[in-house]
Amino acid sequence: MNKTKATLLASAATVLATTAGAQEISDDTVKIGMILDLSGAYSALDGQGSIAAVEMAIEEMGGEINGTPIELLTADHQNKADIGSNLARQWADQENVDMILGGANSGVGIALQDITSEKEIAYINNGAATAALTNENCAPETGLHWTYDTDALANGTAVAMVKEGKETWYFITADYTFGHKLEENAAEAVTANGGEVLGSVAAPFPTQDFSSFILQAQASGAQVIGLANAGTDTQNSVKQAQEFGVVQSGQSLASLLLFLTDVDALGLDTAQGLTLTTGFYWDQDDAAREWSNRFEERHGAKPTMVQAGMYSSALNYLKAVQEAGTDDAKTVVAQLKEMPIEDAFARNGRVREDGLMVHDMFLAQVKTPEESEGRWDYYNIIRTIPGDEAFRSLEDGTCEAIKG
Amino acid sequence: MSDSTNTTESARSSGGWLSDVRLWAAIGLVALLILPHFLYPVMIAKILCFALFAAAFNLLLGFAGLLSFGHAAFFGFSAYVTGYALQTLRLSAELGILAGVAVAALLGLVIGLLAIRRQGIYFAMITLALSQMVYFVALQAPFTGGEDGLQGVPRRPLFGIIDLSTNMDVYYLVLAIFCIGIFIIYRAVHSPFGKVLKSIRENEDRAISLGYDADRYKLLAFVLSAALSGLAGSAKVMVFQLASLTDVQWQMSGEVVLMAVLGGIGTMLGPILGATIIVSLQNELAQVGSLSTIVQGAVFVICVLLFRRGIVGEIGPRLRRWRDGGEKDK
Repeated sequence: MNKTKATLLASAATVLATTAGAQEISDDTVKIGMILDLSGAYSALDGQGSIAAVEMAIEEMGGEINGTPIELLTADHQNKADIGSNLARQWADQENVDMILGGANSGVGIALQDITSEKEIAYINNGAATAALTNENCAPETGLHWTYDTDALANGTAVAMVKEGKETWYFITADYTFGHKLEENAAEAVTANGGEVLGSVAAPFPTQDFSSFILQAQASGAQVIGLANAGTDTQNSVKQAQEFGVVQSGQSLASLLLFLTDVDALGLDTAQGLTLTTGFYWDQDDAAREWSNRFEERHGAKPTMVQAGMYSSALNYLKAVQEAGTDDAKTVVAQLKEMPIEDAFARNGRVREDGLMVHDMFLAQVKTPEESEGRWDYYNIIRTIPGDEAFRSLEDGTCEAIKG
Repeated sequence: MSDSTNTTESARSSGGWLSDVRLWAAIGLVALLILPHFLYPVMIAKILCFALFAAAFNLLLGFAGLLSFGHAAFFGFSAYVTGYALQTLRLSAELGILAGVAVAALLGLVIGLLAIRRQGIYFAMITLALSQMVYFVALQAPFTGGEDGLQGVPRRPLFGIIDLSTNMDVYYLVLAIFCIGIFIIYRAVHSPFGKVLKSIRENEDRAISLGYDADRYKLLAFVLSAALSGLAGSAKVMVFQLASLTDVQWQMSGEVVLMAVLGGIGTMLGPILGATIIVSLQNELAQVGSLSTIVQGAVFVICVLLFRRGIVGEIGPRLRRWRDGGEKDK
């Protein structure tokens, strides 16, 4: 009799305990879903390396939060917005995913933003360049943009170079929204700081032969040739600028979007002297170096800014869940906005009202082969650009949700 | 291919229940009506969109013998038009879809007029080139959102009254669209018009010598195929609430060829089965890592090596032979 009573009491207690737990963290797991490019153009700078980075973040938390296990799902969006959004919907409806980490590809990135805000799941994007994520397509209660955006890259490079006295610019622009946006941002920054834009030429996207565009840029006599393009376009234009001796003849070449893996692919002979802005460089300081070495042991390459950003966003999300004691998206995102973001990736980071993670960016110049001590030793950090200077100010944003 | 349709007709006249099209269509429809209660509705709706797209493409390749490498233009561009109509012009669902179909048909008329002047590989190249022009328009036109695409397209009510806000509602809308589209294709293929198309496919010169204006028939088939592809693209916008560059890219033109060839060109069921396989593969393999494109390629190679007439194209005649053999034994 007594024994049955005790068992009953015990089971009642267990039931109570589990329901109490369920109120805090839904279905007793913290589920993170990653939707990124694992097989296409972005798989080197994002891809498996990003998964490894997030796994490192989960391990750092001990694989659990206050006894609740953390689970990781990953999927390849194949650079198709419908596949990405289908996965996100399915994960939200059937897997009870608590947070989605989105990778490179702006189209997929915005599609995920819409779905996660509708389903009230936390969403952090690393890798999509579009500034729309915290402007016209913002979802400040659930969606954050972590590593970089077009504004920060264009702005960072342009302001810093004008301040160094390189005042006249000429742009070679990829002829589509992304390229024009980059050029527009950079040109604004150049003129606002007393520089002058001498002209620009729109190159079809994608272009194999940049020779005529490079000749026009050389003939303009501008001090800086700004490359408002990405991926293979950047690689081709940099290679051909090298063949035309652009840097050797005294002009500077500035790439408005370049990843460490791009430099690795180009080789230092070709890429040397290129100026760029990056959100992270593995050799930027001790904390970054220590983490990056562990990452390299695991993945076989140094992390790009996107991969480091994935680590940072997962880690801080998990810390915020721990702090808030719940995985409710809005509560956790609000918690993230309270926390200072400081880890192997971010310096002086904070999540702004509109969902943009503002942190220090770095102006870097690609080393010469003589300066470099080996593979991955590619950048000289010229200057740290404080977050407020690099990113678009809150007043200039167009996020309706926070303007009220 | 031609004999398969002939045997279907002779089998139907012999009256075996196995070849009763209406019976099978009814069974299929019932299955599709209850399926979303067991499987994820958005996923099946996506399969239906691509199945319609592949079937529309097959109307041209399988029945008129015209290999178009530019069908993504109709599929993708109508998606943009529908998206724009729903989002910016705030039209109701059916008007948005109609606008998409109309633009796709018009596009089909222009591209078709130019392309049918040539045959074979040149026809394919012209459609590819013109569809690339459509792609660049989609990339640069101000209303398409460039590489961001049109996002968050609202699911406006049908006729202004029927609510489409849940996935289930949209699924049934897409199912209706799919049935209408497939019915149109079925009717077209089995009409005198379809017979003339097949004769043009088999021997264009003879068809002309018999007094048929081959170009007019080909153009009509092209426009019909383009309009139905557009219908599929517009339906997809209703499902995913987005229109993106993926759908106008040349890879999509290739994917629809893959779907039709894998399932079996010149059959009614083939493209539907092919689309189901490819879309499910893409979705399932997405979660296994970097395999999806490799597996898709392998599936295509296996298909071309082992069953050149596609899955339905190989299995169909075999089933029929088995059944006919059985009947003779009695």
